Amino acid sequence: MILSWLIGILFAGGIGAWIAEKSNPELPRVIALATVLLDLFLVLLMLFAPGSLGLEPMSSADLGQPGEWLVLYSADWIPRFGVSFIFGVDGLGLLLVALTVFLGLMSLGSAWHEIKDRAGFFYFNLLWTLAGVIGVFTALDLFLFFFFWEVMLIPMYFIIAIWGHENKEYAAMKFFIFTQVSGMLMLLAILILVFFHYQDAGQISFSYFDLLGTPIPEAYGFWVMLGFFLAFATKLPAVPIHNWLPDAHSQAPTAGSVILAGILLKTGAYGLIRFAVPLFPAESMAFAPTAMLLGVISILYTAKVAFAQNDLKRLIAYTSVSHMGFVLLGIYAWTSQGVQGAVMTMLAHGFSAAALFMLAGGLQHRIHTRQMDQMGGLWSAAPKMGFMALFFTVAAIGMPGLGNFIGEFLVLLGSFRISPAAAALAAIGMVVAAVYSLIVIQKVFHGENKNNLVVQDLTKVEMICFGLMMIGLLWMGMYPQSMLDMSEPTLRSIGVIFFD
Amino acid sequence: MLYTSLIIDLMQIIMLTLGSVVVMVTAAFKRDHAVVCGLTVFSLFAALMTFVLIKPVLPFEATQLLMIDEYSLFFSNLIIIGAIGVALLAYPYFKTHNSQNEEFYILLMTATLGAVVLACSNHFVALLLGMEMMGVSLYAMIAYTIHDENAAKFPLEAGIKYLILSALASGITLFGIALLYAFTGTLGFDEIPAALEAAGETGPIFIMGVLMITAGAAFKLSLVPFHIWTPDVYEGAPVPVTAYLATVSKAAMIAATLRLLLASHALEFNAVVAVLTIMAAASMLLGNLLAVLQTNIRRLFAYSSIAHLGYLLVVVIAAASVDNALSVESTSFYMLAYFIMSLSGFAVISAISNSTGELDSLSDFRGLFWRNTWLSTVLITVLLSLAGIPLTAGFIGKFYIFSTGVEGELWLLLTILIIGSAIGLYYYLRLIYTMLQKSEVSGTDRAAAALPLGVNVVMVAMTLAIIFLGVYPTPMIGTLQSLAAAF
Repeated sequence: MILSWLIGILFAGGIGAWIAEKSNPELPRVIALATVLLDLFLVLLMLFAPGSLGLEPMSSADLGQPGEWLVLYSADWIPRFGVSFIFGVDGLGLLLVALTVFLGLMSLGSAWHEIKDRAGFFYFNLLWTLAGVIGVFTALDLFLFFFFWEVMLIPMYFIIAIWGHENKEYAAMKFFIFTQVSGMLMLLAILILVFFHYQDAGQISFSYFDLLGTPIPEAYGFWVMLGFFLAFATKLPAVPIHNWLPDAHSQAPTAGSVILAGILLKTGAYGLIRFAVPLFPAESMAFAPTAMLLGVISILYTAKVAFAQNDLKRLIAYTSVSHMGFVLLGIYAWTSQGVQGAVMTMLAHGFSAAALFMLAGGLQHRIHTRQMDQMGGLWSAAPKMGFMALFFTVAAIGMPGLGNFIGEFLVLLGSFRISPAAAALAAIGMVVAAVYSLIVIQKVFHGENKNNLVVQDLTKVEMICFGLMMIGLLWMGMYPQSMLDMSEPTLRSIGVIFFD
Repeated sequence: MLYTSLIIDLMQIIMLTLGSVVVMVTAAFKRDHAVVCGLTVFSLFAALMTFVLIKPVLPFEATQLLMIDEYSLFFSNLIIIGAIGVALLAYPYFKTHNSQNEEFYILLMTATLGAVVLACSNHFVALLLGMEMMGVSLYAMIAYTIHDENAAKFPLEAGIKYLILSALASGITLFGIALLYAFTGTLGFDEIPAALEAAGETGPIFIMGVLMITAGAAFKLSLVPFHIWTPDVYEGAPVPVTAYLATVSKAAMIAATLRLLLASHALEFNAVVAVLTIMAAASMLLGNLLAVLQTNIRRLFAYSSIAHLGYLLVVVIAAASVDNALSVESTSFYMLAYFIMSLSGFAVISAISNSTGELDSLSDFRGLFWRNTWLSTVLITVLLSLAGIPLTAGFIGKFYIFSTGVEGELWLLLTILIIGSAIGLYYYLRLIYTMLQKSEVSGTDRAAAALPLGVNVVMVAMTLAIIFLGVYPTPMIGTLQSLAAAF
């Protein structure tokens, strides 16, 4: 029940914010903040004091499902199609839900002063996107999952299309069509899967647990798996279906970029871990070399492309694709370290990319350009900003002691066991990352301030946001075990290879 | 006893006939737009309500011609609801029209009567009667604003186009019926299989006949390659009539065609399935592709309706390889969803149009979201639903098509459906984006004015229906399952 509360609160808060706009233009953001804080409070309770909500880890005896589910809730929805509301959260899901709500708060922080125009509708869309994402991370009925998969899409479209920058129409359209078309392929794949389950078991069901282990005729298996893979790889994104991302990220308003990079990309990775591989273990193993190759290509190719960018947000967007290449590599290695590394990378990249987009957005808000050749020498004008940029940049390139390092190191370790060549090539990516990241610091904050830009330094709200994300990254880097312990039961139950 | 139940079963048709007469007589004595429109809505509503009486005595074969069962009742109700909606839209639209408006409602009644007969038909005579009754009324309705200089752009062109092509289609259908009769010696839909068995071998004459009848139906459904009239007529006719064409006329024709195809077992012939497959594929592709090029929202809706009927045809074709009941259920649901979406969409267009001036160019919608949030929210809901996005009826409809298609293993058609939907997304989104843009309005901004009550009623009802069916379709699915069980 608690999960439907999490989602319901966001839905209701969104509608409230929209309505409140009429009475007072300041009110929507306050309502949005209250909504997200309430959600965060519930999530923190679930994380640290599940007992107070009456929750205890269970192996869900009533549904007879494997895995340690903290919450598992099921109710009928459309019995005709065997569709039901199955919400569940285990360690992995809870980590991602926490990430979602936390970054939701960060995106509110970045929108706080930036969005003045039609704020009510903006916060409505923001909260509905968050609700959709939480739905994706907790839905365990494939119909419901698909439902939320689409629900998070439309508000995001509005955010880009209304509050975006100069080329927003193109970017929003591209984002929507890529995601929606790949989503339709997934819907088709889901239906084929359900159809084979129906032939096998004589009962229509969209439940994740029922569909696990469905025998699929050899001729179809690969294609059905591919339908899932394409949808998730588009969202992740992986080369060659990544090119919606630079446009969407660079055109979206700051809060939109934060959510896109921080959370939405993770839904793709989550989908691969939870659905694509466990539902089609054999097909995925056969496909793994290709997927790992795509991962390596993503890492290297987009790192190279990032280096060539002059637009700050575009550059960060390409680095996101590069980091997501590690996630893809780790997942398809399917070893404990590989997938654990992928999960850590997802969390850490969520923080670092969100922070970098907030910095880039903040800069654009102040000096009205994203072009790096217009900038320079900003460190002396805005030392706090410079420090934060440096911190999150070195975090992103994998400085030991911070979360990203743990993630990428584990991915390399895990994939080395499966394919030393892939791991070796991917490791080059970490070197290239240093090059393209440090050039940003060089161009933006060092050198001569050619245009005599006067930049207001970070405000209190921004400092609080960045401070929180710093703490998060440090925690991940120093005490990763706390998170690895949470995701381990999930990974064991879905059949990741553990060497112990 | 027999006559009582016969009368009860035919109650809707009788009420509609009575209604037409009453409206006609009233119009002859008291030329008052409001009175006639009110009377029309009232008699339609009375006809609709008789389903409560009819329901317990189903199914019933009312003479050889008509089959009254849950299926036909569902479609009849849909048709009458659509007609009520159109009457509500027509009142504010024609209020500014300076010639006589009362006859419009008589035509509306007779067209609706024809549509209901068509939906109940179980015999070629009823099929043709219904089709013609609806068609002849529609010719006049399409060209209704012909004497008004400021009216819709090309009512005469639209009327003539529809007249000629519709007459051609009827001719082809008649020829097809004749061929069928020559081969089987029967005109009843469900007597065909037995007659075929008796004849032994199936000759090309039979298949030819079925194909010609299908072509006639495809004209009314505006499937490629019989779609040429659609955009011109949609654009040229008064908005309420366009709404009628898009909803009532399609629903009635689909009801009759599906019953004919299933009852006559025509889908057992590969030639028929092949032709339908080609029509479906071409409609999905061409409809969506050409819609991209349109700058007029009514032409856009016209092409999008071609595409949607193509989607619908996929489930009809699926009846060849899956359970008939599933196919009927899916077809009915999709038709229902499409019906609601279209009516709602045309309600929005008619809200900012009247008989002296129509705002239907895409640029008229620029910035609508900021000028009239309610109106554009309705249109956005419709567009998202047409695109098949969750929380809307369109999504459940598309879901039905996908699941039926998968069960029928129609991989080619499903692939084309995905491609078509992707193109569809593009132009639906473009329209949504247009509404979200900021704009300065020049001249009078009709969209910001208060909306007529009738239009609001239609929009509220249809939007609620779209969302309700999208979120909780279970009750409707139950109804459809029970009506489909008879097939």
